[in-house]
Amino acid sequence: MATTTPAPALRRKRTRARLRTLGFLSPWLIGFSVFFGYPLIATVYFSFMHYNQIRPPAFVGLRNWRYVLTQMPLFGPALWNTLWLVVVMVALRVVFGLGIGMLVTKIKSGAGFFRTAFYVPYLAPPVAATVAFVFLLNPGTGPVNEILGAVGIPAPSWFNDPDWAKPSLVMLSLWGIGDLMVIFMASLLDVPKEQYEAAELDGAGAWGKFRYVTWPSITPIVMFAVVTGVVQTMQYYTQALVAGKLASGVSIGPGTVIQPGYPDHATLTVPQLVYSLGFQNFNTGAACVLSLVLFALAMAVTTLLMRKRAGLLAAED
Amino acid sequence: MPISRLRHRLWAALAGAGLLVSGCANPGVGSDRDDPTAPVTLTFWHGWSTPGEVKALNDSVARFEKRHRNITVKVVPNVTDETMNQALRAGGSDAPDVVSSFTTNNVGQYCSSGMWADLDPFLKKTGVDKKRVFPKTLLDYTSYRGRQCALPLLADSYGLYYNKDAFKKAGITRPPHTMSELKRDAVKLTERTEDGTYRRVGFMPDFRLYQNSPDRMFAQWGPRYFDAHGKARLAEDPASKQFFATARALVDAQGGYGALEKFRTTFGDEMSSQNAFLTQKLAMHMDGEWRGLMLKDAKAPFHWDTAPMPVPDDRADTYGRGYLTGTVLGIAHSSRHQNAAWELVRYLTTNTDQVVRFANAIHNVPSTKAALKSPKLDADPTFRTFLDIAQNAHSVALPPSTNGGQYVTALQDFSYAVEAGKVPDLAKGLRGLDAQIDADNLQSEN
Repeated sequence: MATTTPAPALRRKRTRARLRTLGFLSPWLIGFSVFFGYPLIATVYFSFMHYNQIRPPAFVGLRNWRYVLTQMPLFGPALWNTLWLVVVMVALRVVFGLGIGMLVTKIKSGAGFFRTAFYVPYLAPPVAATVAFVFLLNPGTGPVNEILGAVGIPAPSWFNDPDWAKPSLVMLSLWGIGDLMVIFMASLLDVPKEQYEAAELDGAGAWGKFRYVTWPSITPIVMFAVVTGVVQTMQYYTQALVAGKLASGVSIGPGTVIQPGYPDHATLTVPQLVYSLGFQNFNTGAACVLSLVLFALAMAVTTLLMRKRAGLLAAED
Repeated sequence: MPISRLRHRLWAALAGAGLLVSGCANPGVGSDRDDPTAPVTLTFWHGWSTPGEVKALNDSVARFEKRHRNITVKVVPNVTDETMNQALRAGGSDAPDVVSSFTTNNVGQYCSSGMWADLDPFLKKTGVDKKRVFPKTLLDYTSYRGRQCALPLLADSYGLYYNKDAFKKAGITRPPHTMSELKRDAVKLTERTEDGTYRRVGFMPDFRLYQNSPDRMFAQWGPRYFDAHGKARLAEDPASKQFFATARALVDAQGGYGALEKFRTTFGDEMSSQNAFLTQKLAMHMDGEWRGLMLKDAKAPFHWDTAPMPVPDDRADTYGRGYLTGTVLGIAHSSRHQNAAWELVRYLTTNTDQVVRFANAIHNVPSTKAALKSPKLDADPTFRTFLDIAQNAHSVALPPSTNGGQYVTALQDFSYAVEAGKVPDLAKGLRGLDAQIDADNLQSEN
């Protein structure tokens, strides 16, 4: 005859199990609630409020949304620049990082030197690296334009030209490609050599080996690089702000407030606008609206990339 | 779990979250019930950063402490408006009691938000008649809609610095008085090298150059930014079109926007020995009164002088005017020692001897009527030019606005596009600018 556990004892056991599970989960739960859940709820709440961070918030309905989406001329350029950087910068960084990764795995002698040389720029602080690039690419006094001029190549105005400012930021990001190079190098070294030997026996050339051996093996890493790249570029702030402010040459004193995005809003990104609205103009509601738009965009792009069978980046079934 | 229970918990969670987020939004409240004769330590944030300026302010505070033995002042230099704005909103025990700002642009925001305490009750209870002490223009830029939340702590006026050696070489006998004279002289003074690049530009009107922001240059036209109802009216003011046409004409006469901007990238930092006026890359330059002291300290290798900025040809009778601004001083709303803080504010802003000594030390324009007439003021004629500009009846300051300097930033942004030739229809552009300023103002109001 089967015996049954009395109901109160079973409940106690289940409660203990639940508490144990919660205990193990608690570090993540606390972190998620404090650093994501609460800020997200607060951002939604303030997007419907007038709040200047001095007086108590007042409900204003959709006014902040209407202001951002229809009355703020900088929203369009900021969104366009952010999306441009997401598409161009992320794509070029992945291609360049993969290319450099393949190059340094192929090098036989001096591999350590080249791996270090390609990685070190990534360690440069973003502000210092940007200052150096703005100095090197100064159209009036920079050495790059002097060299280009000496060999008869027409020199662009780089960070001072609306058409060249974003490509200059992309160049800066490619210079610091060390982070992607390292993960691509590790994933390339992880591809079993036997598979290349088998492909060679089947008559595969360099492209065939890359397409049918290397690519399927590193697809998850490419996926990781693209998704993290998209999320990071959606938050692109420091380099664009520093480059714009420095290249503009505007004196920045204690009483000065200048619009970010020099030249001609070409380096203005959504995060800069969020900061400007939220912490320079103290227009908290509008800043929250922009943050939510950015969040929705990041979610949409990431979902698109991660859905099953999303073209080249589809996970293998 | 039953649906109704789940629903209740969801509502409770949402209500809790709402309380949590709104609870975090309550600012700290200060007090004006302290005894100003009791021992206290005040924190004073200011924006001065060069060694000479910081020393001059520290000396001023030392004089104050000698008179008020019970008050110790902890002085924090080089604080930007942005930092101060954020700190006062965040509150906390380290927030300052006495605050200053290098710009008058934010006074409207400080007053309307309540971030800086109203000083009228303090003026009244200590018997200071502000209208007798301060010039009207300075009182106007330190108040907003009748609320005097700041007082002027020295003033700045803008004028023309010019290279006398270059003038002599070009055969020019006096500084220009009108905008057409400015253009004529600027062309004469512009010099090029053999390869066609600039050696020197006569007068660079580019709005991003050093102190050349458009609102400062626009002051020569005496514009009215807002109508009686607070609506932007730049599109209907003929001065706006004249101003932009003059700026464009100056740019075109000296080689065009692209060439001038490229030359500007060769200039060093404004506050360094590579300042373009100091290195003679500019023959004339608009700047504030403090530049004279810097030129002397740097031992400029040429003869220079100062004059008021030229005025529009059809307003020649207003010659002598200029743009006015200044440092403003106030009491943080969160200060718990507001009466003691007022003693410091009162001393620094109204004590004639202190104002004169501080003005002489950092070469700024004094901000009280008595100090402006003081025989102890620096007698240097290059400095006196700016005292005259400050007292000229046509000189103007920017009107305060509820969202601080956001309308100035909008004007700057628009001006950059105009000078680059990217606004084909100026009238339409100005109407758009007005609409933008009005939308920004509405957005910042409750």
